[in-house]
Amino acid sequence: MLQLSKFKGGLKLDGHKHVSTMHAIKQARLPEKLVIPVQQHIGLAPEILVSVGEQVLKGQCIARASDGISASIHAPSSGHISAIDEQPVAHPSGLAALCITIQTDGKEQWCEPSPLAESYRERSNKQLLNIIRDAGIVGLGGATFPTAAKLQSCEPEKIQMLIINGAECEPYITCDDMLMRERAKDIVLGVQVLQQLLTADQTIIAIEDNKPEAILSLQQALQKQAIDNIQVISIPTRYPTGGEKQLIKVITGKEVPANGRPADIGILCQNVATAYSVYRAVFLDEPLISRIVTVTGDAINQPGNFEVLIGTPMSELIEQSGGYTDNIAGLVMGGPMMGFSLPSDNLPVTKACNCILTQIAEDTQSPPAQACIRCGECTDVCPANLLPQQLYWYCSSKNFDRAQDLHLFDCIECGCCSAVCPSHIPLVHYYRFAKTEIWAQEKERQKSDNARQRHEFREARIAHEKAEREEKLRLKKEMLAKKKAEEAGQPGDSDPKKAAIEAALARVKAKKDAATEKPKNTDNLTEQQQQKINEADQRRQRTISKDEAK
Amino acid sequence: MITALIILSVLAAIFGLILGYSAIRFKVEGDPIVDQIDAILPQTQCGQCTYPGCRPYAMAIAKGEAPINQCPPGGETTILQLADLLGVEPLELNPEHGEPSGPTVALIDEENCIGCTLCIQACPVDAIFGAAKQMHTVIAAECTGCDLCLPPCPVDCIDMVPVKAETTNWKWSIPKNNNTAPKA
Repeated sequence: MLQLSKFKGGLKLDGHKHVSTMHAIKQARLPEKLVIPVQQHIGLAPEILVSVGEQVLKGQCIARASDGISASIHAPSSGHISAIDEQPVAHPSGLAALCITIQTDGKEQWCEPSPLAESYRERSNKQLLNIIRDAGIVGLGGATFPTAAKLQSCEPEKIQMLIINGAECEPYITCDDMLMRERAKDIVLGVQVLQQLLTADQTIIAIEDNKPEAILSLQQALQKQAIDNIQVISIPTRYPTGGEKQLIKVITGKEVPANGRPADIGILCQNVATAYSVYRAVFLDEPLISRIVTVTGDAINQPGNFEVLIGTPMSELIEQSGGYTDNIAGLVMGGPMMGFSLPSDNLPVTKACNCILTQIAEDTQSPPAQACIRCGECTDVCPANLLPQQLYWYCSSKNFDRAQDLHLFDCIECGCCSAVCPSHIPLVHYYRFAKTEIWAQEKERQKSDNARQRHEFREARIAHEKAEREEKLRLKKEMLAKKKAEEAGQPGDSDPKKAAIEAALARVKAKKDAATEKPKNTDNLTEQQQQKINEADQRRQRTISKDEAK
Repeated sequence: MITALIILSVLAAIFGLILGYSAIRFKVEGDPIVDQIDAILPQTQCGQCTYPGCRPYAMAIAKGEAPINQCPPGGETTILQLADLLGVEPLELNPEHGEPSGPTVALIDEENCIGCTLCIQACPVDAIFGAAKQMHTVIAAECTGCDLCLPPCPVDCIDMVPVKAETTNWKWSIPKNNNTAPKA
């Protein structure tokens, strides 16, 4: 039996899980219109493959993952593309983003599937990774990091432990719980595919002990198939055990280094729902076109879990849950600790949407923030071993360098510090503010570096062009002058004096050259010859002296 | 006495040589403080500081000829960073040089563009693309929002539009009621 340890801090929260686990997972109705945001994952936006008016089949790829970290998007149902434009999406900003709208035809016509089923064991890792990538699978635990990229980024032989995260520690959310209860067998098959990819020695499915049904269901599934290399482990319920680093600490006692990844210490984590999607992709050849969504909270008539096509409007789910109660005051995507408020329910469900939480007035109104009294409670509960109070100080005064020195980016935004703050300071909001501000500054710096480079290049180019022009001008001027001189020198003999002087100089030069010229063939002469030469020289000398006398 | 003098003179000569050598060997090219100031400036090359570009302004600051509060695009952040770098008191932005505005990008009304290339010549970062008697267009990703292309346009077909807020460049705002922090 594994020796479990504890992570520092965390909170014991009231789970409110039973609210939405009374009924089995229901199939959400097929809506008339599916609005599929193009960007549903961390990384680059995929490249859209369809155009308005085009007919698409269920499961057809409508946007292909671009190179690098990206994920494909598939048509969740058959129909035709009615629009590709900006639509409001579930995002803390409340802004619109590019979406593909499909008008469904109700036929649910699949494109030709080619499931691998059990034959996946004969496939190479590369083929399996391609299947996972082409299916558009992303981490469904909340971060929506493309799964294929995560699997590819680690060296399989270095991974000793695969942890399947079924902790689901945040209150109210039960989508993973219900999935494990009802589809344990499929999850196990998905985990086996991941095992084959990683060749890990140990595989652990970790589930919080407030989900005994899920634990039992998975254990039974393993027993039935006589699988002994996957362990189901019940871990103590404490928020945020579901955080990757916290879960690793609980199971192994090891800590993931700051700025590091679990793969650095030989561990890889995947969410249960991700493992289930891997099963669907490999065994049924179904891309990620649906997910389980919990609709819950204190302001909904019939809370429960739905299997929902990506792109389904949230309002449809609300309607199928019997609508809001009269005391509805707010809507949150995600849980009460880490979720964000939604301006309306007219937003599409995305791959990241694990829960739609309805809130009553008490939940939405927080008392006004008061001054920090330095009680240090936030430090006690921080599961990332940070100093929330110091971080708050530096973030609020925009001293981002110091905030980064205190490892702001190791904050997992779990919300424990805000929850315990007796002054009701929205601490996590400050950290989110600082993080996005730092990212923006970083982007700004890159942009200005780029602008500087372009400006310098332009200056250099202009200088170069100027120099070139001047050089050309100079050459032209010279040519002109030369031409002028030539014209002057040839026909008219416009300056006779100058010509005469030049001619005289030339004559003198020729004579001088002649005088200095050495006689040739003057070796081994007879006396007679020498005498003749001497006479000739004397004559020449005389004529020269006569000339000079003139 | 003499020995001491000799020893000291020899030592002085040796150290002098070492200093002289290192002055040549480790000579710093250019003025590093100008580079550091230039790295802080936003590189819009807009000339609102009255200098013909960011680097000339950086040189003027380094020489002490210009105050650090003449850069509207950089705004408060730049002034604070400059003050921090140079060890001077931060100043309020001088309103004579303009008000800080959000990031903008030039947009050419392509219907009205006559292809005169005047804006292309004015752009400090070569972010306008086009040829004589051909429609021009702005490469938005490279545009610094400097406004320098506006005055030369003979048909007034260039507008500065605010950079669109998208989910990818959106920032969390600082919580309201931000006065609860302990004072530094």
